[in-house]
Amino acid sequence: MSEAVLEAVGLTQEVSSPEGTLTILNQVTFVIGAGETVAVVGASGAGKSTLLGLLAGLDVPTHGEVRVVGQSLSALDEDGRAALRANRVGFVFQSFHLVPALTALENVMLPLELLGRPAPRAAATEALARVGLAERTGHYPRQLSGGEQQRVALARAFVTRPQVLFADEPTGNLDAATGLRVMELLLALNREAGTTLVLVTHDRMLAARCGRILELAGGRLVADTRTAVV
Amino acid sequence: MAVTPPPPTPASAVSGAAAHAAGSAWRVLRFAMRHLWRDWRAGELAVLAGALVLAVAALTAVGFFTSRVSRAVDQQAAELLAADLRVESARPLAAQWSTEALRHRLTIASITTFPTAVFHGEDNALVTLRAVSAGYPLRGTLRIAAVPFGPAQSTQRLPSPGTVWVESRVLARFGMNVGDLLSVGASELRVAAVLDYRPDQGAAFADLAPTVLLGQTDLAATRLLQNGSRATYAQLYAGTPSAVAEFRSWLEREKGDAVRVVALGESSEQLKGSLDRAQRFLLLSALATLLLCAVAVAMAARRYAARHLDLAALMKCMGASQRFVLATGLWQLALIALAGAALGVLLGFGAQAALAWLLRDLFSGPLPPPAASAAGLGLVTALAMLLGFALPPLLQLRAVPVLRVLRHDVGVPGMGFYVAPLCAVASLGGLLWWLLRDLLLVATVFGGLGALVAVLWMAGLGLVRVAALARRGTGGAWRYGLANVGRRGAGSVVQVVAFGLGLTVLLLLAVVRNDLLREWRASLPADAPNHFLINIAPEEVAPLQAFLRAGGVTVEALSPWVRARLVAVNNRPVSALKLPSDRGRAFAEREQNLSWSATLPRDNTLVAGHWWPALPAPGAPAQVSLASEFATALGLFVGDQLVFDVAGERLTARVANVRQVQWDSFRPNFFVVLSPGALEGAAGTYMTSVHLAPAQRRLLAPLVHRFPGVSVFDVEALLVQVRQLIDRASQAVQGVFLFTLGAGVMVLAAAVQSTRDERRFESAILRTLGASRAVVIRGIVTEFVVLGLLSGVLASTAAAVAGAFAAHQWFHLAYSFDPLLWSVGLGGGAGLVGVAGWLATRGVVNTSPLTTLRH
Repeated sequence: MSEAVLEAVGLTQEVSSPEGTLTILNQVTFVIGAGETVAVVGASGAGKSTLLGLLAGLDVPTHGEVRVVGQSLSALDEDGRAALRANRVGFVFQSFHLVPALTALENVMLPLELLGRPAPRAAATEALARVGLAERTGHYPRQLSGGEQQRVALARAFVTRPQVLFADEPTGNLDAATGLRVMELLLALNREAGTTLVLVTHDRMLAARCGRILELAGGRLVADTRTAVV
Repeated sequence: MAVTPPPPTPASAVSGAAAHAAGSAWRVLRFAMRHLWRDWRAGELAVLAGALVLAVAALTAVGFFTSRVSRAVDQQAAELLAADLRVESARPLAAQWSTEALRHRLTIASITTFPTAVFHGEDNALVTLRAVSAGYPLRGTLRIAAVPFGPAQSTQRLPSPGTVWVESRVLARFGMNVGDLLSVGASELRVAAVLDYRPDQGAAFADLAPTVLLGQTDLAATRLLQNGSRATYAQLYAGTPSAVAEFRSWLEREKGDAVRVVALGESSEQLKGSLDRAQRFLLLSALATLLLCAVAVAMAARRYAARHLDLAALMKCMGASQRFVLATGLWQLALIALAGAALGVLLGFGAQAALAWLLRDLFSGPLPPPAASAAGLGLVTALAMLLGFALPPLLQLRAVPVLRVLRHDVGVPGMGFYVAPLCAVASLGGLLWWLLRDLLLVATVFGGLGALVAVLWMAGLGLVRVAALARRGTGGAWRYGLANVGRRGAGSVVQVVAFGLGLTVLLLLAVVRNDLLREWRASLPADAPNHFLINIAPEEVAPLQAFLRAGGVTVEALSPWVRARLVAVNNRPVSALKLPSDRGRAFAEREQNLSWSATLPRDNTLVAGHWWPALPAPGAPAQVSLASEFATALGLFVGDQLVFDVAGERLTARVANVRQVQWDSFRPNFFVVLSPGALEGAAGTYMTSVHLAPAQRRLLAPLVHRFPGVSVFDVEALLVQVRQLIDRASQAVQGVFLFTLGAGVMVLAAAVQSTRDERRFESAILRTLGASRAVVIRGIVTEFVVLGLLSGVLASTAAAVAGAFAAHQWFHLAYSFDPLLWSVGLGGGAGLVGVAGWLATRGVVNTSPLTTLRH
């Protein structure tokens, strides 16, 4: 396997509830190499989104450890984890998370501006052109269809050239045909950039387009399958 | 897209990346500026910025304007010296002073004054002779008339050689006319005009002998000025403020004890009292605007922060540190404050020009330019408003959990229920203290506000409960509206508080303000006294009263008084006291008019201590009552021991109380009033004030002829000026009220907006489920009308209480409750809030449910 980009070691997540302690993830361990496309599948409540949050450093596990490019997230505080994400991680969300007060172009410029990258406008314009929205740069999210909004989100995710891209149900809010087109685009961009993709989905068809499938059930990793996709 | 893999980042660069993410101040500032502009463009900042600009504009307009008025009042005070600076001495003044004054580019005039007798035939009268040099007066103008007590006009001239100008009283005394000859020492001088007014004649009736004014060149020929004459030599200087100040400091070093620098006198107490009250009205309107804007800013910032929770989480997800998020928020606040202050100050400047135009007739010349410090007030206001009301919700953005990007139900950890109120109280309290400098007043305002918020809050909670019960029995739209009130719970309570506060302030200004202004106008009726009669000997009291009554003039009670000088305070001579102000020095230097009274005089209210018993025990020590201006200027308190010199006799009295005097009543009032019996045996005289209709002014000449010792002072001009001030100030208050109205609209908009997002979603769901637009609109209007009704009735009560408090404590006016207030409050509350709610949320039902639900 190529160089390890993401490592999960004995990841366990527990939460308190009126009924007692609830284990959402239980001793999950795996390694993801550079450039891999990995789908995390499972039924609702299997712990998919929780796993994604822990891998991206959005939350901290109760037990276990996550390493991103060899850097242990447990050793970093919240700002340290944010800094790691800044340069290496991109996100695509089910509900797009576009900022309503910003135009499509400004939404794509946002991560570049946060990083203080030079000429964010040019890079963002190019990214939008790549996802086929060169004519819609001045439109606000409310003026775009769901598919278009998710394409803006894709441009925003790839514009910083992240090493790892986390996608949480990226087609969950789209109809089947639009979802398919968005997925095609996501995979194409991913191939071009050589990004490591971790995709959470409950859609087996989409998962099958990834090189590897991790299956969760009841918070446990029950299967780790490599597909025929290269 | 050129998506190439990023350059490998060494592990050590992670900390560098963190520093990068935190960013340099410049990078944060640029980011903050960009996003602020984008928020502005998207309409996210409209209410926040609008409320801020309004608050700054209202306060700076009043600040700029009052600074101009107080400068004008200072100028008028300078007129009382007829100069910017005046020195007096019992000996002729050194020539080097004129040389030095000229070197400072000051203009100079001189006056020689002494008492003497003048003759007309065999008859004589005691007068004050004033020989003035060319240029007199350096400030203000003289007024002369053609006939005694006739209409007067301003003049730039002085008596030409061989002539004098004399006061009406002298002519009436001798039965002379203009053109007759008057014997002044060895000279026979022709009376060329009646001297009606000179700027330095004093407002405190200090010069009782009438003036004969002549040119200095005629003085020698009178041969009246001999060695040993009781003359006062005065030199007058005028110039730019800095030149005058420089010359004054030189003079203070050089002059020695024999020469006295005359402190700036006070302008007339009557005009000052009215100006003070006018400024209080303006300040009240501005403060009301400020309070409303604070409510609007707080609500708008709450919504702004709520709408930015997702952005903050997203920024963190993309790598922004907490510091970066916080710094961005702080920069944005600072930028909003700067822009709001700049725009508000500009608006305020324009508004003060309009106020000055309204009051243009009150001042003899153009008003001086406003003080730049009012612009500083604008910036401080903006900062205080944002720090107090907008900072707490924005600070919460820093603590937004990044996990919110995946799970929208993840909320923001609370910052402690006391933080937001503490910030609000600290900033508003600081600002009010800075503006009012009255701790008790600030505490009262806060106590009142706190009580009002508590009552509104509890009433809101009650409404939510009742609404939850009542909705079971009513029809469709009503049920939906009431259900909304009950279901929104805390949101409804917050809206009741906001609407209640907004309506209270609006009612206070819309209804109570009119009542107060009416009371103010009524305090100066058409028959207010316009002439003061001074120096009435005890044996003249009854004949004078009879004379006036025979002429159809109503005479009120006469007040006794003597001239006295304060010589010691708590066994320390007055000259050894460290007095903080010119006013204190003026009080200490000049003779005081002392009166005595068994009862608290009309137009006076006690502010400290107790009034003495009407019948003091025989042999009880003397007590004294002081006007608050006198006590403050001299730093005196109840219990202090004062010693007065009354015609060479020492009189010791203890301060029993301090009074607030309504000087603009135009009735005799005194800074110092003694307990009965204290001045027994002192050779006192009486004074009174009367109203003379134009036709009754013909009584003045025979009055002066029959009672030659009585001095008559005509205050008609001042009375007109005060009346004009009241009328114009009322208009100015209406002008400032426009700002308050604007602020009220802002509060309504902010309160309505606070539940807009929630309402939009509900409306979409309801319409999707088959409810018609009409049902949804009726439901929304019902909800707002119910909230408005409750807020309106509570606001009416609060406005009535606040109005009564302001009337008694602040304006010293009577106030009667107006039942109309409750009808206006109830109707206005339901109508205004209902319409505002409908206007602001009609967009909610005009958006297609699909669009709403999709976003």
